Amino acid sequence: MTDHVAGAAPASERLPLRVRLALYEIDAVTLLVVPAVLFVVALFVYPFVYGFVLSFQPKAGAWFANYARFFSDPFLYDTIGATFRLAIPATLISVVISVPVAMRVRRMRHRRVLTTVLVIPITLGTVLIAEGLLTYLGPQGWFNRTLVLFGFEKVRLIHNYTGVMLSLILSGFPFTFLLTLSYITGIDPSLEQAASTLGATARARFWHILMPLLAQGLAINLCLSFVQTFSVFPSAVLLGAPAGATRVISIAAYQAAYEQYDSSMASAIAMIMGFCQLLVVLLILTARKFVYRGAAGSGKG
Amino acid sequence: MTIAARDFRELRLEGISRRFGNVNALRDVNLAVRRGEFIALLGPSGCGKSTALNCLAGLLTLTSGGIWLDSARIDRLKPEERGFGMVFQNYALFPHMSVRRNVGFGLTMRGVAKAEIERKVGEALSIVRLGEQGDKLPGQLSGGQQQRVAIARAIVIEPPLVLMDEPLSNLDAKLRLEMRAEIRRIHELIGSATIYVTHDQEEALSLADRIVVMRDGVVRQVGTPLELYAQPAYSDVAEFMGYRNLIRSSLSAAGSISIGGGAIQGTPIRPLSGGADVVVAVRPDDLRAASDGPLAITVESAQYHGRDFYCSGRTADATELYFVSAHQVQKGETVRLAADPTRVLIYPGTPS
Repeated sequence: MTDHVAGAAPASERLPLRVRLALYEIDAVTLLVVPAVLFVVALFVYPFVYGFVLSFQPKAGAWFANYARFFSDPFLYDTIGATFRLAIPATLISVVISVPVAMRVRRMRHRRVLTTVLVIPITLGTVLIAEGLLTYLGPQGWFNRTLVLFGFEKVRLIHNYTGVMLSLILSGFPFTFLLTLSYITGIDPSLEQAASTLGATARARFWHILMPLLAQGLAINLCLSFVQTFSVFPSAVLLGAPAGATRVISIAAYQAAYEQYDSSMASAIAMIMGFCQLLVVLLILTARKFVYRGAAGSGKG
Repeated sequence: MTIAARDFRELRLEGISRRFGNVNALRDVNLAVRRGEFIALLGPSGCGKSTALNCLAGLLTLTSGGIWLDSARIDRLKPEERGFGMVFQNYALFPHMSVRRNVGFGLTMRGVAKAEIERKVGEALSIVRLGEQGDKLPGQLSGGQQQRVAIARAIVIEPPLVLMDEPLSNLDAKLRLEMRAEIRRIHELIGSATIYVTHDQEEALSLADRIVVMRDGVVRQVGTPLELYAQPAYSDVAEFMGYRNLIRSSLSAAGSISIGGGAIQGTPIRPLSGGADVVVAVRPDDLRAASDGPLAITVESAQYHGRDFYCSGRTADATELYFVSAHQVQKGETVRLAADPTRVLIYPGTPS
């Protein structure tokens, strides 16, 4: 044994570079990440840095003039509140609804069929959904006609907050549902069976077993869904009141860029928007520290 | 010592059946289990033994039949209302709870006071000899320790009946032997009835008071380990109980059977007349090499199992036989075999 150790390569006789790199699992295959890195740099890092620098080069005034203007003009800074008022409830509602639906769907035999039906809204895109809702929920749409038929008053569901909210939930739900479904099917069904033999009712099983194991997945789901709804634009314009209650931050950025041709100001607004999204995501990920994050299986199984 | 099974006299399964679509997973199973009894459900995979266990636990509903605990009918109750302890094959420990909370879960669900839970969980953990591991998460334990936690969790609720679904199949051979003894010890300690599903006949023989052999959803035979080992009622049960040699033959008028040209004596399980088609069942270890044996066989393979050689070979008419030899035998060598007539079982009919 000692002979063997003594006979090992002396320190001066280094291993070939390739072998040393292989110890860190770096080899020719590693080069395959190059296209992805280039892609991210060209389409994400560069535009972000460019926009960041641009936002500090205002048309007039000091380097922070754009930000000063944004936070002194209620017409601009109110958009943050308007966006949050839409994005937070829309995210919460679509994530919360996805849980019971996914719970039901995971036990279904024809899961693929239902999943496909629920996923169709993704393929349609937000504009088509907005157009559809515009006619369906409009004053002469089927929804209001049905209400009138049964003797109810017409309700106003478009060109206001409600219209945008409905459209956000409708287009956001398929994403949250698919994510929740994949997390929920990852939970070993024998855990709930074990809980039931130990006397846990359906409600207790949900709160003591399913939710703790699902929590980290729901946190990720909230993050992704929130980022998506926060950048709402088409439905806010088409179904909302773009000058009023649903004047979201992306509309402000659009107007700065294409109505006032102030790309520096538009970049500043985009930076503020990104900062808001980052803040919420960080908040959720911090909260995630308090929930169980290990495997949802049962030991060795 | 306060953890003890809830008192009852008898658990009865009355004609329980379960269908999955067109498949009869369980057909008309009848069984009575007394308190303190250890029952093994034994059979090959797909025989319905796990289905039977899940029906008992309430995880599956019955297609027909009833389950009675003394005078109470329980087959319509939900699993959480039955109060049976169950140990799952994959342990099914809650990965986000400490060992202590896992074991205490059933008591928490029953609204037992905190101090009482603490005390009982401590006791259950000491019964399974895991006193020191209470604050770990299941993922930090070894397979054998996880199995012990699963058992502690099932017994701490003091169930009248403990159901075990192949609990040792994920453990290595040494641990399996150790846990086998543990399971029997715990069973005796708390005095519950235990129903234990396994496909391992050795496990069933060493653990159970009574063995229920199942096949294709039907109970084939119920008996003590001794009865099943020595006198299986049917040739398919015999095959499952380790009678590896199942030979088609016919009974001579003198009551002997001929195998590959040699005539040997056997014990008919049911009265048989001369000339009847029979199936002869012999364990490999009852077919021994002997210089004056009636059967001549050409050795095809020999495996050394530490004490004896487990061999296979063919007779002159190409009947394959498995036998045990105390001495080393060579491939191609001709060996003569003999068997004790009481260990050669004769069944009517042809092997399936």
